[in-house]
Amino acid sequence: MRHIISLLMENEPGALSRVVGLFSQRGYNIESLNVAATEDPTLSRLTLTTLGDDSKIEQITKQLNKLIDVVKLVDLTDGSHIERELMLIKVKAVGAQRAEIKRTTDIFRGQIVDVGTSVYTIQLAGTADKLDSFVRAMGEATVLEVVRTGVCGLARGDKVLSL
Amino acid sequence: MAKPMLSGGEMLARALQDEGVEFIFGYPGGAVLHIYDALFQTSDIPHILVRHEQAATHAADGYARATGKPGVVLVTSGPGATNAITGIATAYMDSIPMVVLSGQVPSHLIGEDAFQETDMVGISRPIVKHSFMVKRPEDIPATIKKAFHIATTGRPGPVVIDLPKDMTHPAHKFEYEYPDKVKIRSYAPAQKGHSGQIRKAVDILLSARKPVIYAGGGVVLGNASAQLTALARLLDFPVTNTLMGLGAYPGSDRQFLGMLGMHGFYEANNAMHYADVILAVGARFDDRVTNTPSKFCPEATIIHIDVDPASISKTVPAHVPIVGPCDAVLDEMLDIARERLKQEPECLDRKALAEWWQRIDGWRDAHGLWTACRYAPESTDLIKPQAVIEALCKMTKGQAYVTSDVGQHQMFAAQYYRFEQPRRWINSGGLGTMGFGLPAAMGVKLAYPDADVVCVTGEGSIQMNIQELSTCTQYKLPVKILNLHNGYLGMVKQWQDMQYGGRYSESVYEDSLPDFVKLAEAYGHVGIRVDRKEDLEPALADAFGKYRDRLVFLDVHVDPHEHVYPMHVAPNGSMRDMWLSKTERT
Ligand SMILES: Cc1ncc(C[n+]2csc(CCOP(=O)(O)OP(=O)(O)O)c2C)c(N)n1
Repeated sequence: MRHIISLLMENEPGALSRVVGLFSQRGYNIESLNVAATEDPTLSRLTLTTLGDDSKIEQITKQLNKLIDVVKLVDLTDGSHIERELMLIKVKAVGAQRAEIKRTTDIFRGQIVDVGTSVYTIQLAGTADKLDSFVRAMGEATVLEVVRTGVCGLARGDKVLSL
Repeated sequence: MAKPMLSGGEMLARALQDEGVEFIFGYPGGAVLHIYDALFQTSDIPHILVRHEQAATHAADGYARATGKPGVVLVTSGPGATNAITGIATAYMDSIPMVVLSGQVPSHLIGEDAFQETDMVGISRPIVKHSFMVKRPEDIPATIKKAFHIATTGRPGPVVIDLPKDMTHPAHKFEYEYPDKVKIRSYAPAQKGHSGQIRKAVDILLSARKPVIYAGGGVVLGNASAQLTALARLLDFPVTNTLMGLGAYPGSDRQFLGMLGMHGFYEANNAMHYADVILAVGARFDDRVTNTPSKFCPEATIIHIDVDPASISKTVPAHVPIVGPCDAVLDEMLDIARERLKQEPECLDRKALAEWWQRIDGWRDAHGLWTACRYAPESTDLIKPQAVIEALCKMTKGQAYVTSDVGQHQMFAAQYYRFEQPRRWINSGGLGTMGFGLPAAMGVKLAYPDADVVCVTGEGSIQMNIQELSTCTQYKLPVKILNLHNGYLGMVKQWQDMQYGGRYSESVYEDSLPDFVKLAEAYGHVGIRVDRKEDLEPALADAFGKYRDRLVFLDVHVDPHEHVYPMHVAPNGSMRDMWLSKTERT
């Protein structure tokens, strides 16, 4: 099963390499990964998605928790949560396709953020699934380039990951 | 009182002193010259100049294993740092507390492929508990404090501190104060176990009919041997130790089943296989113990105590996991068990236990390594390697510190030396590092100059750090080296005999081996060659008697074709599937 593990770690050089290194060293897979500063300048927040059965995920979270740089950790998939990913996608858009692409973009609540004579650049946010569907929905149109941020998320309700 | 003004190098020297460091094992070079000068001018801590940085790490490691205190290593950047890697990995795999100080090129050159630059923090990342790169000289005292704290608490392990050369410059002085406390917000190892879980575990133990206590290196590292022994005796349970746990339970005690695992005792492996309850303490169910995990101990309810939560249910799921230090958890178990037995003396099924012991004694009588003596010492005129270890054990009354390298000699030492106390058996169990034994023995001998310290080795292993004979000369370290000379990479040959049709691909030395007697003498030591059975005991007596104060290299020529048995049948075998000799299997 796919899990979203989100953690607070020391905002220090080397911390990220320890987390990423752990995954390659122990043969765990990373589907997506993102990391950025938080409201607390001493902490950064890293969110990754990974696949594995319960015992694998248990090992992953235990091993992550063992890293001295990892301050707090949550498996968002344990509870209800909000998940978002941002995608920018550049597609070939000529002739009748232009209207069709615009329509699909509207259906997915995306935005065309850059327009060229023969290309559109579309921005879309949502769950990883939704982004996947959008790429599929482009159908006939030629996809020139895709860039995605990787999944980030928060638990629903009062629950917070903080010190 | 005004705080002293010290340079980075001086702060480092001073902080090590304030930390109570007894020895520094190291080797100088450009990036650490400021530190070496500060040590020269300001430090009272003896520094042991090894002949290769790998040996510095193993010596520090041996010191740590024998004393329980962290070993300290100082090496230069680049090749000094990379040479230390094998020793750091060795310590990491066996959870040994160690602090490694590595020099680094000056900050402004980092990333420029400067002379002797290597990314030590990066290279060592997968084999350290944690690492630091010092960015400001004034951080040195706090960094040292943190490093020792991390290395020695929870599940211990090596910590690297990388020190760019400008951090230790003699001209730049800072106020020095050594912190007496550390706070690391993300690091809080368990101080005690969960009482509910402990209670549950005791209930299971008290109702066990075929229990085994399976104790590993964590019991030794966690100084929990006394508690383990008390619990085993209170309940009259059999105990088996892992390779890393030998000595955690007294070797000649009736309740001791010997080592378990790939080369474990017949009685220990069988008891595990048929057990209904296994109490695993400070052990990690690694592949050299379990054989095929899916066939491991099919009937057993497993209680697992470990200070490292990640060790629990990693390879074999635990029914009752208990995260906590072995000593504290066992203490609590003892209290509860004593109380229960007082109130309810009949709660232990003593009849079932007696039957279980009968069955165990049956295994011992049939194929017990110590009881049924499987290696047939009388069958040949050649000296059997097992007999050498038995003679050593007799000579030193089971009280020596025995270090070893890796190979058949290591397994023979583990099987036939009866360790009565923890911290006496010092070997690289996790990484299996040939070349560990001699430098480790040096570290032990420095810590305990009056104790007997023996390195059991083979021609392959000893030659991986043979240069340390020179260090032993310089610091007058009269360790005893016991080379079980079989003329082969014996353990490799054994596998080639068993699995590769006797094709000895690169495991034969031909006539290339040195005369170890002359070699020892060249370094100023004593060398004794032994070929005949009747010469063995007198040679050992000389090594520990007449030559007590000398390093003695005993080159004992043994039966070159001996194999280590029992040996797990693999792949797909269970705990009880073993080769018992070249021709017999269970
Ligand atoms: C550094 C290193 N290289 C290779 C090995 C693989 N290995 C394990 S045992 C062994 C043979 C050891 O030979 P020796 O030291 O002579 O001991 P013996 O088995 O003959 O007692 C080898 C090569 C190892 N454990 N460590």
